[in-house]
Amino acid sequence: MSIADSSIASELSPVAPGGQVEGESAPGLSAWALALRRLRRNKAALIFGALFVVLVALALAAPLWAQVADTTPARNHISDTIVVNGKSEQVVTLEGVPIGPTWQRKFFLGADSNGRDVAVRLLYGARNSLFIGLTATIITTLLAVVLGLLAGYFRGWTDAFISRGLDIAWAFPPTLLGVALGVSFALGGLKVGPLRISGDSLWIPTLVIGAIGVVYLARPVRGQVLSLREKEFVEAARAQGAGSLRIMFGELLPNVASTVLVFFPLLVANAILNEAALSFLGAGVQAPSPSWGTMLADGVLLLSTAPHLTIVPGLMLALTVLALNVFGDGVRDALDPRAKVRLER
Amino acid sequence: MGRFVIRRLIGMVVVMFAVSVLTFLIFNVIPNGAPEDRMAGRNSTPVQIAAIREEWGFDKPLYTQYLTTMKKVLDGDLISYANQTNVIEEIKRGLPRTLALAIGAALIWFSLGVALGLYTAIRAGRWTDTLVTVLALIGVSMPVFWLGALATYYLGFKAGIFPNGGYSEIGEAGLWEWVKHMILPWCVLATLFIGVYSRVLRSNVLDTINDDYVRTARAKGLTERRVMIHHVLRNSLIPIVTLWGLDFGAVLSGGAILTESVFDLQGVGQYFADSIDQLDVPPVLAVTLFGAFFIVLLNTLVDIVYAALDPRIRLS
Repeated sequence: MSIADSSIASELSPVAPGGQVEGESAPGLSAWALALRRLRRNKAALIFGALFVVLVALALAAPLWAQVADTTPARNHISDTIVVNGKSEQVVTLEGVPIGPTWQRKFFLGADSNGRDVAVRLLYGARNSLFIGLTATIITTLLAVVLGLLAGYFRGWTDAFISRGLDIAWAFPPTLLGVALGVSFALGGLKVGPLRISGDSLWIPTLVIGAIGVVYLARPVRGQVLSLREKEFVEAARAQGAGSLRIMFGELLPNVASTVLVFFPLLVANAILNEAALSFLGAGVQAPSPSWGTMLADGVLLLSTAPHLTIVPGLMLALTVLALNVFGDGVRDALDPRAKVRLER
Repeated sequence: MGRFVIRRLIGMVVVMFAVSVLTFLIFNVIPNGAPEDRMAGRNSTPVQIAAIREEWGFDKPLYTQYLTTMKKVLDGDLISYANQTNVIEEIKRGLPRTLALAIGAALIWFSLGVALGLYTAIRAGRWTDTLVTVLALIGVSMPVFWLGALATYYLGFKAGIFPNGGYSEIGEAGLWEWVKHMILPWCVLATLFIGVYSRVLRSNVLDTINDDYVRTARAKGLTERRVMIHHVLRNSLIPIVTLWGLDFGAVLSGGAILTESVFDLQGVGQYFADSIDQLDVPPVLAVTLFGAFFIVLLNTLVDIVYAALDPRIRLS
């Protein structure tokens, strides 16, 4: 017992690495547990990850604040007056200048040119922007993983077909394609078989942004699958009689999961920025639905008289993207300390 | 090498063909409703719509429509329906502005990115390294159009240090005026990339700094400066140059659409943005093709340069 307790002896003991040994030796940790431990030590990543959670919570609480401010994201107060610091002020002056932040329940962050409450719109806009960012990334990930698995596993004609398709998609200027598709669908709606999506639906920018991202993730996944399929564990699975589907989704998928997870927060950040860019150009979220991009598009027109309309949604956008980028950076360091896999761009 | 170049050039032609077919489909087939209605724009008369249908052959089979469209693009007689101007002429007018923006910004982000990347790699782990990493992440997270709008307003309109947007021709107001108009757009556009480049270079340098050939160089008694610049940096730069080629292509082909619009530079990107506002299909179609051409061209060039640098690639 005393010999078994010494570290040298435990190294020499016939217990497989990772197996539990009685006594003081470290418990075996899976690669995931190790990654989680590395992430937990990264204070900056945790703080910014928490910040993102707070932002999501704020977005979910949007109706509560709307009750507090006694308005809705779409209601006009253009001819109302409110009392600020004991003085009565117009929400929008006769010259069309909206009131700035009042730091009280009503118009906490000021009003926009239609007399709508900026704080309420910001929170409802957060819902739309975050919904698009997250859903678009899920769409990107699903499509990219399936395409990458198929191309990398079957090789040959399947790979040639998918890879040439990705080459062509790669050639499209992403912003132009996004804007063109966004406007095109916003105008006529989208009809796929029995499914009909109206032009002002949030699903239009979501699908467009999701589709644009596929090419950036599918290539690295394919590359990984190409090398993984030659490994012994795939051969072992095949020897046991596992079919192609089982090997792809049961054996290969868990092994590319860390790559996908590394990219996920960074892709969400990118999708949120894309949403803002598309909406800014009128090709994303359609009025009257609020989103950070549409709020900015309205705001820059009034930059000289009402700078809060530009600064507030922009800060919110930058903060969210920063939180995701710092957290995503931490996830990458944790899962892939040598950081050999990169998002293609 | 010659065979590799020819193979890549043929690939480029094939991809361009596929892109043109897809672009055509995006604007004429995917959305519901008749394409002539969209093309005629918001304020159209039935006579106009009938004329467009006739001219573009929208009553003919799809491949004829495609051929008609491409013939118009290549012959340069694509006419905008919103304002009756020649689309190709407009693109030619905007191109120098877009080029000026892209080249200037690309030089700034490349040189600053490399300098900061090298600096942080040498100082890895110290507080300056952390500081640059933090700044890099902030830069990457900035929405360009937001940064640009604030910069023109506060530094341009309010402080009066820079002009409040717009473009100045070198031939008209001189070189200095031109530079003054371009500084803010260059810096704002470069902000996006400096962070990425410095971080990629930093990790490349840290990867190679312990390689055998670097140790050999040190053992030969070379100065630290010579080792870093001639041995470490030279090898670490190859992936950066690739990245630079691709990003430059992306910026040239519409990646700068927001920067151009916010600073009112009237380049190709802004032309696209204005046209999409008026639902003017011909310019949108032409600029998309134009952008795809630059992306494919830069991709091909990067591949060829890469193959020239690394013989293993052209053999695979």
